[in-house]
Amino acid sequence: MSLFFIVALPFFGALFPGVMNSAGRAACAGVTFTVTLAAFFGLLTNLPQILADDVVTARLDWMPALGLNFTLMLDGLGFFFAFLILGIGLLIIAYARHYLSRDDNMGEFFTYLLLFQGAMVGIVLSDNILLLLVFWELTSLSSFLLIGYWKHLPEGRQGARMALTVTGMGGLAMIGGMLILGQIVGSYDLSVILQNRELIQADPLYVPALLLILLGCFTKSAQFPFHFWLPHAMAAPTPVSAYLHSATMVKAGIFLMARMWPVLSGTPEWFAIVTTAGLVTMVLGALIAIFKHDLKALLAFSTVSHLGLITMLLGTGTAFGAMAAVFHILNHATFKAALFMSAGIVDHETHTRDIRRLGGLRHLMPVTFVIVTLAALSMAGIPFLNGFLSKEMMLEETTHTVLFGLPWLVPSLAVIGSLFSAAYCFRLIGHVFMGPVRDDYPASPHDPGPGLWMPPAILVVLVVAIGVAPFLAEPFVKLVTASLLGGEADVPKAYFKIWHGLVPALYMSVAAVVGGLLLMLIYKPLLHLWETTPRPEAKTIFEGLIEAFAGLARAVTAGLHTGAFTRYAFIGTITILAAGYHAWTTGTLAGTTRELQSAGFVPVAGWLMLVAACGGLVFLHRNRLLSLILIGIVGLMVSVGFVFLSAPDLAMTQFTVEVVTIILLLLALNFLPKRTPIESTVLLRVRDASIAIAGGLASFALAFHYMLRDAVDAPISGFHLANSYKGGGGTNVVNVILVDFRGFDTYGEIIVLGIAALLIYALTETLLNGPVRARLLNRTPDRPVAGDMHPMMMVVLTRVIMPVVLMVGFYIFLRGHNEPGGGFIAGLVVSIAVVMQYMASGFAWTTARLRYPYHGIIGAGVLVAGLTGIGSWFVGKPFLTSDFTYVRIPPFEKFELATAALFDLGVFLAVVGAVMLSLESFSRLARRADMEDSEHPMDIDPSRDDPPQDKAGQMSEGG
Amino acid sequence: MEFLVASAIGAMTTAGLYLVLRLRTFPVILGMSLLTYAVNVFLFASGRLTIGAPPILRDDVSTYTDPLPQALVLTAIVISFGMTAVIVMISLGAFLGSDDDHVDDQAEPGPQSDGDRS
Repeated sequence: MSLFFIVALPFFGALFPGVMNSAGRAACAGVTFTVTLAAFFGLLTNLPQILADDVVTARLDWMPALGLNFTLMLDGLGFFFAFLILGIGLLIIAYARHYLSRDDNMGEFFTYLLLFQGAMVGIVLSDNILLLLVFWELTSLSSFLLIGYWKHLPEGRQGARMALTVTGMGGLAMIGGMLILGQIVGSYDLSVILQNRELIQADPLYVPALLLILLGCFTKSAQFPFHFWLPHAMAAPTPVSAYLHSATMVKAGIFLMARMWPVLSGTPEWFAIVTTAGLVTMVLGALIAIFKHDLKALLAFSTVSHLGLITMLLGTGTAFGAMAAVFHILNHATFKAALFMSAGIVDHETHTRDIRRLGGLRHLMPVTFVIVTLAALSMAGIPFLNGFLSKEMMLEETTHTVLFGLPWLVPSLAVIGSLFSAAYCFRLIGHVFMGPVRDDYPASPHDPGPGLWMPPAILVVLVVAIGVAPFLAEPFVKLVTASLLGGEADVPKAYFKIWHGLVPALYMSVAAVVGGLLLMLIYKPLLHLWETTPRPEAKTIFEGLIEAFAGLARAVTAGLHTGAFTRYAFIGTITILAAGYHAWTTGTLAGTTRELQSAGFVPVAGWLMLVAACGGLVFLHRNRLLSLILIGIVGLMVSVGFVFLSAPDLAMTQFTVEVVTIILLLLALNFLPKRTPIESTVLLRVRDASIAIAGGLASFALAFHYMLRDAVDAPISGFHLANSYKGGGGTNVVNVILVDFRGFDTYGEIIVLGIAALLIYALTETLLNGPVRARLLNRTPDRPVAGDMHPMMMVVLTRVIMPVVLMVGFYIFLRGHNEPGGGFIAGLVVSIAVVMQYMASGFAWTTARLRYPYHGIIGAGVLVAGLTGIGSWFVGKPFLTSDFTYVRIPPFEKFELATAALFDLGVFLAVVGAVMLSLESFSRLARRADMEDSEHPMDIDPSRDDPPQDKAGQMSEGG
Repeated sequence: MEFLVASAIGAMTTAGLYLVLRLRTFPVILGMSLLTYAVNVFLFASGRLTIGAPPILRDDVSTYTDPLPQALVLTAIVISFGMTAVIVMISLGAFLGSDDDHVDDQAEPGPQSDGDRS
């Protein structure tokens, strides 16, 4: 099966469990199992090539310009990890089916699990390091979802957050490291990078790249000092812990170190950092594990310790160390996943994971006892179990490893680590299963059904099989080792044997096991000592650090973002002015190339009105209603100016937008205070005025200089003028630019408009569902309302005029391609027609007659425009390529049919929907409890008993 | 003509800036609208001013005004309506929620207050 399918299957499969959720738990688990099984078999079909030492590749160009390609590669190492991921995944899925309770949403769980599985397979099969990074981040995200699967548990949420913070930070560092690596080699393809050991190690950027990549690996694989997140991630459901934290995710860092081993290892830096980190992690993790009372916490720290062991082996940089690491990865995955699942069984049956409350389960849960005992003894390094073999190889390797010039350091620490390791294994068996049967278990324990114990049992069979007959695993491990070494070193000749003779490793092994047993004998005093010794608590430190960073961010944000908008506007204006002044004084000014055009009486009159309105706005803005009228004058003059300056489309748009804007502001003013009080001092106003005048002068100067000079280069408008009819089939160049030449822009803009309208709708909903609702409903208007709520004249007039307006809108829409008009303007015109109905006949009347919701109209508009664009794909053209033809249906004249018109229809619909949704949202706020929603026009509001007092009372009738 | 348009832009900018620097939401909204006009007219003027030559192709006409700024400004006008509506909604929501239409956060009693309003 193609590698693409193996990677893609879990991702596509992730769609199914959620959909199958209602089909029942078995179906849900079944489909997940099937998907994983398919991927697993797909992987196995590639086995012959792997055995023949071939590398299977699959390539798909994604963004070649960036060096980011979907390149996959399957070699021995990748096969090994993918095999673990999918194989153990199958067991976990079967186990989870029986583990999760009825209250857990199984579809959600399996969706996350498959996403995670796909991301993991993606990591181990990536041939492109950028692609690998994408999958790497995906594992961080999907594991976040999995760890926090029990959302109701605070530990789950905190653990998930901590895991995401730590691994996400490492991921960021790794992106930097990988990019440096790619820059050094000049390619992001792993297969190329792996060929360039000398080039990379000679580069001055080798050390930074190494440090960054190792940071990513160490955080992911929970190496000291980043080991603390793993135990907290144990708040996840046990199948997650068994999968992510024993066999897969924490091995991702190990995998990457193994993958990069040929090019990164062998230098003093690699050796010192990786070996030290591994050793420290191994000893520390094992030590903490001994004193953990939570079953899963014990296993978590033992995982940390074993990951340290593997890291240390990779750090030695020798071929034998690498082989031992590969072997231990295999062994650890088998016994640790079995142990995690068994811990889940114990938890499931006794309802506690606290070792102090357990004991004597040997008789009550014999099957679980056997499984745990075999797996734990393997972890402790007892002969005839697979853990013994790889641990022996590790000890053997340490005797040849000299760190910091001290030949005894690594071996003795390794023995200490193994001793601790043996101790917690014995504790696991002794304190949970041995001893007398107790009568105070939280639940009555007994062995679960085979659905739960079968998956770990299968793994334990492997543990024993490899332990008794190591030669079974030898060829496979050597194959994987060969691909790990990548030709940089030869695969060691050593055979996998239980008995190597009386070698130092054997004595070390015996010392560790005996020491572990002795440690258990004096466990009580040791525990007391441990608990009285003060030691740093990683979680507290982590939370302190996070709090410190958050405090820093808060201080910076609070200092800059004070909520004083006026100050932002002030600073912004000054900055822009300063930048403009700088450009003005340092730049050169070419001579004028255009003549001033004379202005007749009409433009001067219009200008006078505009300037007067602007001045009036400044001086009279405290009267808000008056200032609305004044801004209406400004808008009107701008529209007239557009007409005068050869822009009929703009004039029509500006004019119609003006109407809806004023209506909108009136609706808002209905609630807002009607006057602006005097608050700022004279000094402040003088300051603001001087800034404003400076800004105005600057923009005047800029515009004036601009208009008297021709463009430096010939504008592209000539192209549009020349091709509008030939290429776009329309004579209104502005409209052709909108719907054809720059249709993509327009498409984006109608989407923005739609989003703005939806935002307004959402804000209104929030207001109406919050505490504001009561206040709005019981509001008494601050000025008398009209007694005649729906004046007859207006009602009749608007209803009569409605079809006429719609026809005008239709006409403007249709002629848009050739004459001023088009979807934007038609949309605004039609909106005004509908708004008039709201104003005249009331909200309830209009809403009752409304067949389509405005959201739907926006959506339909965007959809129509988008589908028009997609349509051009079917004829092999790029998105939004337009076409047109002329048809003649007797007795009509010949007319044009253009796909652009369809696009314009989308624009039209989106504009109508957006404008109407905004205005409707505002008017919904105005409904009150004391007013009946009347369906009838021309009704009289009897509450109005006082005569009209002020002329401003007319405003509630609307503009 | 150029002088008239440029000075109109200047006047609208001046009034807009002054209003934007006020302390209540409503004048700020008006100021933003004025700035929108100014910017739109400025962008429009970047096609230079042409009288009586609309960009509608005719057989017997050879000079046209620059259509490109017009197309860009047309969408800008519609979008600015959407944006104005959003600001109005936000300010309205703020006013209804707190009975206060100041644009700046008001100083509250307590350690958090830094009533630094310019």
